[in-house]
Amino acid sequence: MSKIASAFRHGKAFIPFITCGDPDLETTEDVVLAAVENGADLIELGIPFSDPTAEGPVIQAANLRALTLNGGVTTDEIFAMVRRLRRKVEIPLVFMTYANVVFSYGAERFIWTCQDIGIDGLILPDIPFEEKEEFQPLCSKYGVDLVSFIAPTSENRISMIAREAEGFLYVVSSLGVTGVRSEIRTDIAAMARLVRQNTDIPFAVGFGISTPEQAREMARVADGVIVGSAIIRILEEYGKDAPEYVGAYVKKMKEAIR
Amino acid sequence: MTNAKGRFGIHGGQYIPETLMNAVIELETAYDHYKNDPEFNRELNELFCAYAGRPSRLYFAEKMTKDLGGARIYLKREDLNHTGSHKINNVLGQALLAKKMGKTRLIAETGAGQHGVATATAAALMDMECVVFMGEEDTVRQALNVYRMRLLGAAVVPVKTGTATLKDAVSEAMREWTSRISDTHYCLGSVMGPHPFPTIVRDFQAVISREIKEQLMEKEGKLPDAVLACVGGGSNSIGSFYHFIEDKDVRLIGCEAAGRGIDTFETAATVNTGRPGIFHGMKSYFCQDQYGQIAPVYSISAGLDYPGVGPEHAWLHDIGRAEYVPVTDEEAVCAFEYLSRTEGIIPAIESAHAVFHAMKLAPTMKPEQVIVITISGRGDKDCAAIARYRGEDIHE
Repeated sequence: MSKIASAFRHGKAFIPFITCGDPDLETTEDVVLAAVENGADLIELGIPFSDPTAEGPVIQAANLRALTLNGGVTTDEIFAMVRRLRRKVEIPLVFMTYANVVFSYGAERFIWTCQDIGIDGLILPDIPFEEKEEFQPLCSKYGVDLVSFIAPTSENRISMIAREAEGFLYVVSSLGVTGVRSEIRTDIAAMARLVRQNTDIPFAVGFGISTPEQAREMARVADGVIVGSAIIRILEEYGKDAPEYVGAYVKKMKEAIR
Repeated sequence: MTNAKGRFGIHGGQYIPETLMNAVIELETAYDHYKNDPEFNRELNELFCAYAGRPSRLYFAEKMTKDLGGARIYLKREDLNHTGSHKINNVLGQALLAKKMGKTRLIAETGAGQHGVATATAAALMDMECVVFMGEEDTVRQALNVYRMRLLGAAVVPVKTGTATLKDAVSEAMREWTSRISDTHYCLGSVMGPHPFPTIVRDFQAVISREIKEQLMEKEGKLPDAVLACVGGGSNSIGSFYHFIEDKDVRLIGCEAAGRGIDTFETAATVNTGRPGIFHGMKSYFCQDQYGQIAPVYSISAGLDYPGVGPEHAWLHDIGRAEYVPVTDEEAVCAFEYLSRTEGIIPAIESAHAVFHAMKLAPTMKPEQVIVITISGRGDKDCAAIARYRGEDIHE
C-alpha cells in the first residue's frame, strides 16, 4: 500500500504546493512545517526548473526566484533539505518537477535518492501516459509513486490512465497552465465518475483553486484539493515572513473541505 | 503499455502535458490521412508553385567557385521564396492541414521573425486568425518583422519571461495552446517539439532536397558531394538533407551557431556543446547545466538562438550520418559580407553560417566535386544589426 493513501484518511485532503528555495531553503522548510501543523495532508515540493512550460506567471516567477536569488538552489541542496524535514514531518511528501531535472540528474540516481530521503511520489507534468516508461520501472523499483494526470481534454483517455494510476490521480481542473482562476467551468463531477469506474485510488483536483469556497466545491466530488499559485503569492508577498501566513491559509482551506 | 511514438533512435517522443495529448493525437491522425490524399497534395503543390514561387532556383555560384578554387558551389535559393525564407514551405503545409481539420486560428513562435511572418502570411491568405509569440529581445532585434506581421493582420505578443528569446517564445506558444485547443492549431516552425511535429515539418521542408536532387541531376548529372545548411531547430537543414540520407556518399553538414565560440558560455551550438535532455516535448540534445536547467544560449542570429536541436538531427549525429560544425558570429558575418560582394546575394545571417563553412571546405575539395549550400533566407532583415556589429550606427 502506497504511503500516499494515508494522506486521504483524514477527510478530504488538502495538498499545498511549494517551490523549494523561494526565496530560500530555510523559508521553504519553515513553510512546510507551518503547513503540516495547520492540517496539510500531503505536500508537493517543487524542484525549480528554468523553463516550466506548464506553469502560469505566478509559479514561473517562483521558479526564477528559486534559481537566481542568493546564487540559486540545486537539486542536491533540495535533497538535503528533505532529509532534514523528514526528521520532523511524517505526512507524505512528493516532488513536482520537470522531466529534464530527473533525466539530467540520472533517472535511477534521482529516484533512488527519493526513496532514500523519504519522498513518496513524483509528479512530472511533461510525462504523459505514452512516455511514462521513461521513469515508471525505476519508480516501481524504488517504491516511489509516479503520479498521473487527467485533464479536461482527456476524454477517451481517462480509463486507460486511471487503470494504471498509482499514489493519487492529479485531475487538472481547467485548460491552460497553473494559476488562480475566478471560475472553474469544467464538469469535474463527470470526470470523477469516469475515474471512479476505473480505479479506487484517490484523486485530487488542482489548477486555479484559491478560495475556501472553490476548495469546498471541488471537495464535494474529489478526494483532495491541490493549491499552488495562491500559496506562492503569499511567499511572493511576505518572503521570509511567509510561514505564519501560509499556516493561517492552510488552516482556513483545510477547515473549508474537512 | 503503449510504445512512445515518433522516435529517431532514442530521441523524439511526446513529452507534453496530458492536456495536449489529444490535440497531438488528432493532428497525427489528420496528417496521416492527408499526407497521402491526392487532393491535399494538389492544393499544397499549387500553393508552392503559384503562391510561394517554387521550385526555388539552384544557382551555380561561379564567381565564388573561382575565387575559392576547389569544389563547384551551388546555392539553393530558398531566400527567393515568397516571404523570403524556407519557412513558407512548412507554414503553407500546416495551415492547409489546420484548415482541413476545421481550425480557425493559428499560433506560432518566432525567433528572427521569419516563421512568424510566414505564418501571418498563410493566415492572411487562408482567412485565419493569427497570434505570434516572440521574445521581447527579438522584437527589438527584428522590429521590422514585427511590423510586417502586424501589417499581415497578426497579433504579436512580446514574451518577457526567461531570456526573452526563441525558447521562451516556444514555451509561451505551448502554454497558449494548452489554454485554447479546440479552434487553434500550433503552427510550430521547426523540426522540433512533440511528435508528430518533427515529422510533419520535415516532410513539408523535404521539398528542398527533392528539388536539389532533380536540379543538380539536370545541371551536373550527379549527386552532390556535400550539402551544407545552418542548424538552429534544424528545419531548413533537415529539408536539405532528407532525400540524401540514403545516399551515403553525400556528406551532410549542419552548421551550428557557435556565438562567441564553443569554449565560451555565449554559444548556441547544441550538438557541439549540449547533452541529451528532455525539453519542449522532445528528447534530444540541449545546452543545459549539470542539474538540467536549460542554458541561456547566445548567437548573433536570432533564428539560431535556441538551446536545443530537432530529434532527427540528434539521431543523424548519433549514427554518424551527418556532421555538425560550429561557426562563430564573426565567421558568419564575414560570410554574410563575402557572399554579398562576390555573388550579389545578401544571405540571412542564419544561412551565412553555412556559407562560411563552405568557404573553408570548398578549397579542400577537387574541381569536379560539387557542394550545395542552402541559402535558407534573405539577409535584408539583418543589415542594420550587422552594420551595428561592424560599428556603424544604423537603426531601422
